[in-house]
Amino acid sequence: MAVFIWAIFAPWPKEFVNIFGKKKVFLSALFNGITLGGLYFLVASGFTLIFGLMKNVNLAHGSLYLLGGYIGYEVADATGWWLLSFVVAFIVVGFVGVLLQYFVFRRMEGEDLRQTLVTIGISIVLADLMLWIWGGDYYQILAPDWLSGPAQLPLISAVKSDGTAVYLKYPIVRLVIFIASVALGILMWLVLNKTRVGMFVRAGVDDREMLSATGVNVQRIFILVFAFGAGLAGMAGVVGGTFQSMAPGEDTRFLLASLVVVIVGGMGSIPGAALGALLIGLAEQFGSVYFPTYAVVLTFLIMVVVIAFRPQGLVSSTN
Amino acid sequence: MVDPTEQSSVSDTSGPLAQRSGGVHTLRESNSALYRWLSSIPPSYAVFACVLLLLPAVSSSFVLSQIFSWGLILGMIGLSLMFLGGYGGMVSLSQMSVAGLAGYMLAILGSSAITDISVGWPWWLAVPVAIIIATLFCTVIGLLAVRTEGIYTIMITLAIAAAFFYFTRQNYVLFNGFSGFNGIKPPVLLGINWKNPVPFYYLTLFWATVAYLSVLYVSRAPFGLALQGVRDNSRRMAALGFSVTAHRVAAFSFAGFIAAVGGILLVWLNGQISPGTIGINPAIDILIIAIVGGLRRPIGPFIGALIYVILRTFALDILTSMGLAGERFQLLIGLGFLVIVLWSPDGVLGLWDKWRSRVTLRDPWNRALGKSAITSANKSPSISADTDKPL
Repeated sequence: MAVFIWAIFAPWPKEFVNIFGKKKVFLSALFNGITLGGLYFLVASGFTLIFGLMKNVNLAHGSLYLLGGYIGYEVADATGWWLLSFVVAFIVVGFVGVLLQYFVFRRMEGEDLRQTLVTIGISIVLADLMLWIWGGDYYQILAPDWLSGPAQLPLISAVKSDGTAVYLKYPIVRLVIFIASVALGILMWLVLNKTRVGMFVRAGVDDREMLSATGVNVQRIFILVFAFGAGLAGMAGVVGGTFQSMAPGEDTRFLLASLVVVIVGGMGSIPGAALGALLIGLAEQFGSVYFPTYAVVLTFLIMVVVIAFRPQGLVSSTN
Repeated sequence: MVDPTEQSSVSDTSGPLAQRSGGVHTLRESNSALYRWLSSIPPSYAVFACVLLLLPAVSSSFVLSQIFSWGLILGMIGLSLMFLGGYGGMVSLSQMSVAGLAGYMLAILGSSAITDISVGWPWWLAVPVAIIIATLFCTVIGLLAVRTEGIYTIMITLAIAAAFFYFTRQNYVLFNGFSGFNGIKPPVLLGINWKNPVPFYYLTLFWATVAYLSVLYVSRAPFGLALQGVRDNSRRMAALGFSVTAHRVAAFSFAGFIAAVGGILLVWLNGQISPGTIGINPAIDILIIAIVGGLRRPIGPFIGALIYVILRTFALDILTSMGLAGERFQLLIGLGFLVIVLWSPDGVLGLWDKWRSRVTLRDPWNRALGKSAITSANKSPSISADTDKPL
């Protein structure tokens, strides 16, 4: 750990550079990994919340992510307001989530295999509809001017031959998005642990029948949570569309990412999703920098090791 | 096509076997044994077998290879999923990856147009080794998947399938990355070029029949019965002294073997293999095939595969006649799948059973019989199989 912190802050001596390459590469892999982890957290937390409370397996979650991205693109393109696209994507995709919960999941509570199959069917249909509307091109949402460009960080990436230090430059938009996802994670934790609605949700996770016996309208809570989780996926789509790009196939990529994240982190646990997202994001970025052809294998190995030693995930929510 | 009295097809093999073990037997005896064996086959089976055998006489070589051979191969891979899902209660989405690995191994160990990578072993060595490697791969997947239950199995196998897909796409040293391998040919043996549609059709028909009968046999052997017991109540089976994990892993190995044979045939049919063959969509297509056909009986995946390849081949015509663009094939498949899953969870076979029981119920003579048929149909594993979950 100490070595790791030293590697981040201190300028690297020559021998170190010879072994690990330039410090700049290391630092940008680190930052890319952390910010990618932030994006994965946004997608996976909705997935894990829905699973944790309702035991609903929503394999159309990746489609919701991509749908949010496309909607965000259309809004940002039409109005020029980047922030507005988040709100619209959240509301529209959240509404799709309400429809899903109301018309699909409510009818097959507890039949998890059937839910899986139905949501696979829905994701195939949604993917093809989106391909129909938006085509196979790549889309990217442009960040507003005040967020574009790099920021200088107080981290030395290299020392020039004349002794002056070169500081790391990093895109502001990624940093802002990462901070926002951390803030959102803290907010979710606060809502879950400190408010009345959060109390209902936690009670629902533990014992659904008991909660409804105390007079709480469980179905309403379910719809609320589903809408929130789907909305998060939609918002994550805008984030992903801003710092990566959107194209057909991204839906399965992010579905897979959220699956791996929640398998590693532990199903139904928000802190687990955060830990898993960070691990997977870092593994993916460091993997693609240091052993490019085996990057996927690294992610996969983490999953295998976790399944082999802790099948319930690193942070297990239920006993 | 499907006969509910399938039991007879297993018990009838005891006839000639018993005769053979009887020691000395004359030609006449064996003739009568053969006759008895033949007459014990239900007529619907005999008709079905004749149709399958005589198919090359009436169909064009395009229909033969692009519909029937392809359908039989996809049916085999679907059958491996059906065995795991229907008898083991474990729905695995990585069966296409297992088939794909067998195909890749055949391309790597045997000969292909990519001479830099292909080792160039003769087919009689490359094929068994490829099948063994793919079976081992499926066993390892099983070892991982059985540590979890129910829905987690689907997620983990989906993640494995996706990881394998991305790996083959990124890896150029062994899997030749994005473009994969082409120019893989079936051998010329006994003076027959097995690449030609008619011999290849008989080859796939033979292996599909072997796979079908072996699944049927295993499902009634002690192992298969224990596996179904594990599916229905794993705790009780564990209490009875059965090793739940060993049964599940062995089921994965068996299914992996079937998928591997299907994978070899698939590579021979297409002449090439690339990451596109084993992607996430093909993996889900296999699930669709198995579910649409029905997970209850081994014939289901073959029916599902036939529907799938017919749709796939003629989708362009169907869609343009409906006024839609031809590339909306996935929409058609997705909507069809949704309809089946929402309204008939047991697939096309489920619809068939419902129709049959309704017909028998209408006849007052069979009413009592029909009722018992319905109850047994309800008891058999459906999509909503009630596996016991950890509390």
